Amino acid sequence: MSTTGIESNAMAGKVSSTRSAGRQLALYGGYGVAAIVALMYLLSLAAGSAGGGGSSGLAIDAQNNSITIALSGEPPQMDHTRQVDSLSGTVQEHVLEGLLTYDYSDNLVPGVAYRWEMRDDGATFWLRDNARWSDGEPVTAHDFVFAWRKLVDPDSGSLYSFVAYPIKNAEAVNNGDLPVESLGVRAVDDATLEVEFERPTPYFEKLMAFNTFFPIREDFFNSTNGRYASDADQLLYNGPYVISSWVHGSSMRWEKNPYYWNDEKGFIDVINVGYMTQDVNARLNLFKDGQIVETQLLAPMLTNAMEQRWQIDRFMEGTLFFLEFNHREDRVTRNYHLRKALQLAQDPVEFVYKALKEPSYLPGVSLFPGWIKGVNGLFRQEYPPIKHQINVAKAKEHLALAIQELGLEEIPPIILLVDDSPVGNLTGEYYQAVYRKNLGLDIRIDKQIFKQRLEKMTLGDFDIVAAGWGPDYDDALTYGDLFASWNLNNRGLYSNPEFDQNVRIGQSSMDQQKRMDAFAEIQRIIYEDVVIIPAYERGLSFVVDSRLKNFKRRSIGAPVVFNYAYIDDAEL
Amino acid sequence: MWGYIFKRLVQGIITVWFIATATFFAMHSVPGDPLLNDRAVTPQMRANLEAKYGLDKPVLTQYFVYLGNLSRGDFGISFTQENRQVNDIIRQHFPVSAILGVLAVVFAAAGGVLFGALTALYRNRLPDYIIMFLVILGISVPSFVLAALSQLALVNLNSLFATNILPVAGWGTIRHMLVPALVLGLGTMAYLTRLMRSSMLEIINSDYVRTARAKGVPPARIFARHQLRNAILPVVTVLGPAIAAITTGGFVVELVFAIPGLGRYFVEAVQQLDYTVIMGTTVFYGAFLVFMVIVVDVIYGFIDPKVRLE
Repeated sequence: MSTTGIESNAMAGKVSSTRSAGRQLALYGGYGVAAIVALMYLLSLAAGSAGGGGSSGLAIDAQNNSITIALSGEPPQMDHTRQVDSLSGTVQEHVLEGLLTYDYSDNLVPGVAYRWEMRDDGATFWLRDNARWSDGEPVTAHDFVFAWRKLVDPDSGSLYSFVAYPIKNAEAVNNGDLPVESLGVRAVDDATLEVEFERPTPYFEKLMAFNTFFPIREDFFNSTNGRYASDADQLLYNGPYVISSWVHGSSMRWEKNPYYWNDEKGFIDVINVGYMTQDVNARLNLFKDGQIVETQLLAPMLTNAMEQRWQIDRFMEGTLFFLEFNHREDRVTRNYHLRKALQLAQDPVEFVYKALKEPSYLPGVSLFPGWIKGVNGLFRQEYPPIKHQINVAKAKEHLALAIQELGLEEIPPIILLVDDSPVGNLTGEYYQAVYRKNLGLDIRIDKQIFKQRLEKMTLGDFDIVAAGWGPDYDDALTYGDLFASWNLNNRGLYSNPEFDQNVRIGQSSMDQQKRMDAFAEIQRIIYEDVVIIPAYERGLSFVVDSRLKNFKRRSIGAPVVFNYAYIDDAEL
Repeated sequence: MWGYIFKRLVQGIITVWFIATATFFAMHSVPGDPLLNDRAVTPQMRANLEAKYGLDKPVLTQYFVYLGNLSRGDFGISFTQENRQVNDIIRQHFPVSAILGVLAVVFAAAGGVLFGALTALYRNRLPDYIIMFLVILGISVPSFVLAALSQLALVNLNSLFATNILPVAGWGTIRHMLVPALVLGLGTMAYLTRLMRSSMLEIINSDYVRTARAKGVPPARIFARHQLRNAILPVVTVLGPAIAAITTGGFVVELVFAIPGLGRYFVEAVQQLDYTVIMGTTVFYGAFLVFMVIVVDVIYGFIDPKVRLE
């Protein structure tokens, strides 16, 4: 082998050159590291000025009586007269207060008003003299008049203006037919607010605890030059907390409002919103790391959470999901027997526990979720809904009748409109499979992103849509009037005089027993006439740091409330 | 030189105008209605909202109004965060993305050059195999997996030492940035390593390196002057677009590590059909990308005297 010697020489040369080149590289590497360290120092200075939050510290700081929490995102609309999302609602619940409010046990209690009176034609509220804004000025009746006029002013474009329609002329003002000054609300003096009703409104007092009806002071609003509620200093507060700093998309700091009147609310001195992210996994990691006091748990996380021996709670968040039929003339789903067949061939229990596999959800049984209040107790305990039984044989009979009535050879493919989301996919697949198996029907899934699903719903471009509804106020009517023929959210255009008549009783009767009887009728019609098929009530599992007491979740308004929470460090 | 830069800038402006136009019409032809919400509104209110955002006019008129505003640098107000100007959103959140992006690019470039040179020097030996295996991992594992795993690793690390070594998420200090920047830069680092390796290998066998060696130039000097400097050129070329891609592509990392960057707005705006934010972020990022490419071309002239800018 004559080449061996040459090769080994070359190898030796290569090795030594590699070594010195390697040394050179190490030198460069050293320079590089030094440069990177210097750069990182500069960057950290820059980061301090660009969106630096200071989200350090622990979930619970007992010494300073402060806690750190995470929000699922940036609150998009802090102007409560235009707000529609629960995230902004959560912040508002802590920094503002309405005429009335709810206590820890969900009883309606005095807020800014210390006394109130409800009548058939209106209501009067007497305001306490120690309710103050965060600049020390008193909260007056004028502040409510100003905010409510803004709510129904067509120029505000408030999506929630409809909840104010019980107030006299509100709808006309909102449609631009009357000037805002004609709204039926008036400040008799600084401490007395007089409301006139459009029609008797038995649930009006319950509305007064919600964000939409919180006050705004006119002179402050005008001083913000159209930037009201866009930053911490562009808001005036009258709740237990004030926002002392707000770095958009990153962090917030809520400090106790020194002018707040009620010593039954706001026991924690400082609430740090250290993080804003919609990533549930990230929030769970923060909780594990002891950085935040509370977080949501998804089904796959539950096993691990139980192994950690965490105290896991379940909470019904209030929203009902259902299959809504298109009742328009040209749709096969207008046929009663077809709808009945579809109802009898499915089982929400199977759907929730076998298809969705979400232990915090409940199978849908009624238009009214379980937490809705009745005359004295819970509505569904006082008026149990009809018990649903899957019955394929009977479903087939109805299907045959439907084919006969429609004069068809067979039912054409039925379009099921769903959201393009994990739950939307499962919903579509379950009903497609169950109807093919039990009835031999062809279900075509139309998967769309949220905004487009809404557009198709509004245009009536569907046979069945998987939709949901969350409550707007604490009364059965928030669900009860959903399928009234005049309701704009009745996107399947269901129309039934008997149904409408019961809605009117629910809206205007001052007799609570009579109202609930009407809602029970509505519950019966929903099932018997198959207006919708209730699918599930959404709930969530969550875990709270065991040192934090009286943390509260609510189905309506703000989903998480820290106003009554306090730190109990004794366990340590 | 200056003439060249001027010419490139004019081309850049035309490119940005083209991006703006294409985005505008693409956005308006996407099905779905930006003003629709969970709660239905009356026709009157709908008309008010349309008037507020100028959606009541024909699309072509909207386009010219938009171009007029754009030329004044005004992107309008967000649809989903009605109290915020799109300009403010960009001003507040882009610096965050940029800081994170710069650090990620520095990690990527430093690591890429270092590891690329190493693999070329130790070709077909153990360091080469180890690094190239990691490179393949770095290229093929998506950033959302990497981000989630590294976050979990941080949680376990912190609980192991019972102290807060590095924060799990959030923003504000250099400690918050290290892991996200590394995750963000890892894909680019892997790509650059491969690029550096192949261009190094090409140069190691080139004539002038052999000549230098034959002349008896010290190996360290050959490596630094002849090999590294020439091999680094392709890396610089891709660095411009890589900076733009990293600063704009941080959506997942920003989400997982709760970082208030612009990437979130860029993605969420499309999901929510927030017209003004879509336009604002797209045009801004487009302009940024164009600018970076021009900058790299100019820098190229300094590094490589063979390139004459005309």
